[in-house]
Amino acid sequence: MSETKKTDEAAIPQQTPASEGSADREVLLRVEGLTKHFPIKKGILQRQVGAVKAVDGIDFEVRKGETLGVVGESGCGKSTMGRVITRLQDPTGGKITFEGQDITRLSTGQMRPLRRDIQMIFQDPYGSLNPRHTIGSIVSAPFRLQGVEPEGGVKKEVQRLLSLVGLSPEHYNRYPHEFSGGQRQRIGIARALALKPKLVVADEPVSALDVSIQAQVVNLMDDLQQELGLTYVIIAHDLSVVRHVSDRIAVMYLGKIVELADRTSLYEAPMHPYTKALMSAVPVPDPKRRGQKNERILLRGDVPSPIAPPSGCRFHTRCWKATEICRTTEPQLVELRPGQRVACHHPENFADQAPQDTVLLSAAKKASELVPDAALSDGPAEKEPVAEKAPAAEKKPVAEKEPVAGKAPATEDTASEEAPEAAGSEASTSEAAGSEDAPEATASEPAEAAATAEAVSEAADTAPAPEAAEAAAAAEPAEEKTGPGAKSTPKATGKTTGKPAAGSGAEESSDE
Amino acid sequence: MTELSKTGAAVGEPAAARRSEAFLEVRDLKVHFPTDDGLVKSVDGVSFSLEKGKTLAIVGESGSGKSVTSLAIMGLHRLGARGKNVRMSGEIWLDGKELVSASPDEVRKLRGREMAMIFQDPLSAMHPYYKVGDQIVEAYRVHHDVSKKVARARAIEMLDRVGIPEPAKRVDGYPHEFSGGMRQRAMIAMALVNNPELLIADEPTTALDVTVQAQILDLIRDLQKEFGSAVIMITHDLGVVAEIADEVLVMYGGRCVERGPAGEVFEQPQHPYTWGLLGSMPRIDRETSERLIPVKGQPPSLINVPSGCAFHPRCPYADIPKGNVTRTVRPELEQVSTGHWSACHLPTEDRQRIWTEEIAPKL
Ligand SMILES: Nc1ncnc2c1ncn2[C@@H]1O[C@H](COP(=O)(O)OP(=O)(O)OP(=O)(O)O)[C@@H](O)[C@H]1O
Ligand SMILES: Nc1ncnc2c1ncn2[C@@H]1O[C@H](COP(=O)(O)OP(=O)(O)O)[C@@H](O)[C@H]1O
Ligand code: SF4
Ligand code: SF4
Ligand SMILES: [Mg+2]
Ligand SMILES: [Mg+2]
Repeated sequence: MSETKKTDEAAIPQQTPASEGSADREVLLRVEGLTKHFPIKKGILQRQVGAVKAVDGIDFEVRKGETLGVVGESGCGKSTMGRVITRLQDPTGGKITFEGQDITRLSTGQMRPLRRDIQMIFQDPYGSLNPRHTIGSIVSAPFRLQGVEPEGGVKKEVQRLLSLVGLSPEHYNRYPHEFSGGQRQRIGIARALALKPKLVVADEPVSALDVSIQAQVVNLMDDLQQELGLTYVIIAHDLSVVRHVSDRIAVMYLGKIVELADRTSLYEAPMHPYTKALMSAVPVPDPKRRGQKNERILLRGDVPSPIAPPSGCRFHTRCWKATEICRTTEPQLVELRPGQRVACHHPENFADQAPQDTVLLSAAKKASELVPDAALSDGPAEKEPVAEKAPAAEKKPVAEKEPVAGKAPATEDTASEEAPEAAGSEASTSEAAGSEDAPEATASEPAEAAATAEAVSEAADTAPAPEAAEAAAAAEPAEEKTGPGAKSTPKATGKTTGKPAAGSGAEESSDE
Repeated sequence: MTELSKTGAAVGEPAAARRSEAFLEVRDLKVHFPTDDGLVKSVDGVSFSLEKGKTLAIVGESGSGKSVTSLAIMGLHRLGARGKNVRMSGEIWLDGKELVSASPDEVRKLRGREMAMIFQDPLSAMHPYYKVGDQIVEAYRVHHDVSKKVARARAIEMLDRVGIPEPAKRVDGYPHEFSGGMRQRAMIAMALVNNPELLIADEPTTALDVTVQAQILDLIRDLQKEFGSAVIMITHDLGVVAEIADEVLVMYGGRCVERGPAGEVFEQPQHPYTWGLLGSMPRIDRETSERLIPVKGQPPSLINVPSGCAFHPRCPYADIPKGNVTRTVRPELEQVSTGHWSACHLPTEDRQRIWTEEIAPKL
């Protein structure tokens, strides 16, 4: 998406721990040991009984002008990561540095000037725009909130922004419902760009759009990056889109980054077994490759619960290469090849990091039944003859170890699955955009949430309504198994701990 | 099923209609909804046929009429309050029976037994208050006169078949206790409990992660092999199409614009809209720094479908055919090679040239 794409990523000086100042200059945003846990409270005393470890210790950096893609299955913590690095939610732990400044604990007021530099674009082009505001008022909100008077006046600037994103300046006085999904997403982009941000975090910016419209928006974001020198973090679950737009890609699994690499290395020689499985699962639009099912790695079961993630490597319950060390010792994210960081004891396409540990866990043996020979043998990276490890399946299981802290019940998983639905219905009933402002706002209280939204009307433009509903809905089944009616009568347990998840400044709007 | 076809042979067979030889044949299907804003022509003359053991993929943008087509086959438009507000015409032949003119009751007897459907959202098919197993048992007993015990054993067998772990335990779980992928499987188990000969899957994997999608597609493929059912797969993901389809039908604005064998539609697509879909799609199997080629503009309104070729406002080649014909005359499907049809006024030479010189190199 950016110029860096054309240069060989490996040639870009690898930044090494903080000491090297020159490499540091390249970095716009640095994240170290970041965690975000959502407490689960129970009973009348609201005692904390556990936590959803949505983001559980991640490190990465975003360099000026690049696009960092973030992929992973539903519920792995991508959106949470996005909201925390933009400080729409408070981190539980870790450090966030933006342009050298530690922003981890900045107060709302202290963050305000930075809101100009860091913007977020949300997934839902329907829920994220206040239906009662004109396009002009939505796109100009950031100016009002920041007290900025652009050269030539607000209206002129908004019209310029509208044409920048391919809308007509005449749309100024129209309302969101008059626009299609793709157009609404353009409006969201225009709003995000109003204050000339340095960093744009886009959470699933195109997933709600049809493929032809999706391509329009992808191209638009690409053009804007070239034109304005933007830096993007693009969160998406579609690996084809991510491959197209990203310079570097972080793969997340259960709150962790398991692999972080430049695009070419990641797609051509993934080292983490999970990355490999994820990529092999994407259907390729080429009927000739049909039936070459033998390349596909099927994963058994579901992603375990982020409330009680598996010990050691979190992927060990589904990994076909898992051995004892995977169960006991968490692999660190280390740079195995220039530009490719991996957290795995027995990486693919690279030398085994724990060669002494050869006994497969019994879960791994089951999992390996689903891994075709072709997938095991053909590492596309064979060009680099790094002591390619013998396929896991060939290992002689000597003394069989007994399984492992069993898979967490799938129940919790429903949390994330149900989220979009709940979000959808919420968004329509209540423009609940401001609902996270209300400390107790939950999916079950659309009316109240809507009322809150009224109060902070401006916030509605910038706050991600569905996200609020999502969070509330998601936390719900986590508490305990409720009756069959749980879904239709959501209980008010999804207490949000974070601060208002508003975009370019919900907080400001309240004091407007 | 056999007993049904015996009694059902005469089901709603219009005197004049030509019977169909194919297992499923849809002829000039129209489904229109009168609304306050005007007549929504959701499906406006769609025809196709499908044999047992084969898979037809229906692709197109949202709102192009894919779901309405499948609901029409299932006879679901005519139910309840919705039924009053729909105008349906054309013919749907399933195993020798015509369904458009059949009574709702006759269609109901076929539904769940001879034809079954899985939806994008499993919760729309499963009741949240009832145990998963009970719902499968119910679906089975509607069409089979067996004891609850036998039906329960069948439900467990089906859950096992679709890869639900510990099916004997899970059979007593509620839908919300299942993850999205498991719910999807449970719904497939329910749809397949009567060994339907036609399975319609409406975006069955759109809401799922790719890892789960791969599991579900595999499952559908395996079950189809085992039971020899005909499958209609509705999707907007051309990757899924390439993966599973024998035949492809591309819909645009309620009409079929291209139809043919999957290999041909991918390798020799004939319609500019199909080119647009292929060009818009980023691909995981290629390193490309090329820009995507989007289809400009917006999907059409089904109330005011553009005149002539519905695609003309977005088509880069609309001016090539002579005499403004793309804006005035609706192109009919024409056979371009055996079994491969396209509805476009572009002269063959132009079409070949554009495809080989302009489109194919960029994909
Ligand atoms: N406010 C909250 N309270 C409690 N749990 C939460 C909250 N927000 C998110 N979670 C949980 O944190 C985990 C990560 O959620 P997140 O929304 O970041 O996932 P994601 O990777 O963006 O998934 P998707 O692809 O479905 O959008 C999930 O288990 C989710 O249920
Ligand atoms: N009951 C109905 N009343 C009015 N319009 C409808 C009805 N059902 C579907 N439509 C319209 O028909 C068109 C096609 O819908 P659908 O088949 O669901 O599209 P898709 O291709 O996305 O599955 C849409 O414009 C939709 O709004
Ligand atoms: S091999 Fe071990 S460390 Fe690597 S992904 Fe599998 S379980 Fe995790
Ligand atoms: S008929 Fe004309 S407008 Fe329609 S697809 Fe063909 S060339 Fe384009
Ligand atoms: Mg998300
Ligand atoms: Mg549909």
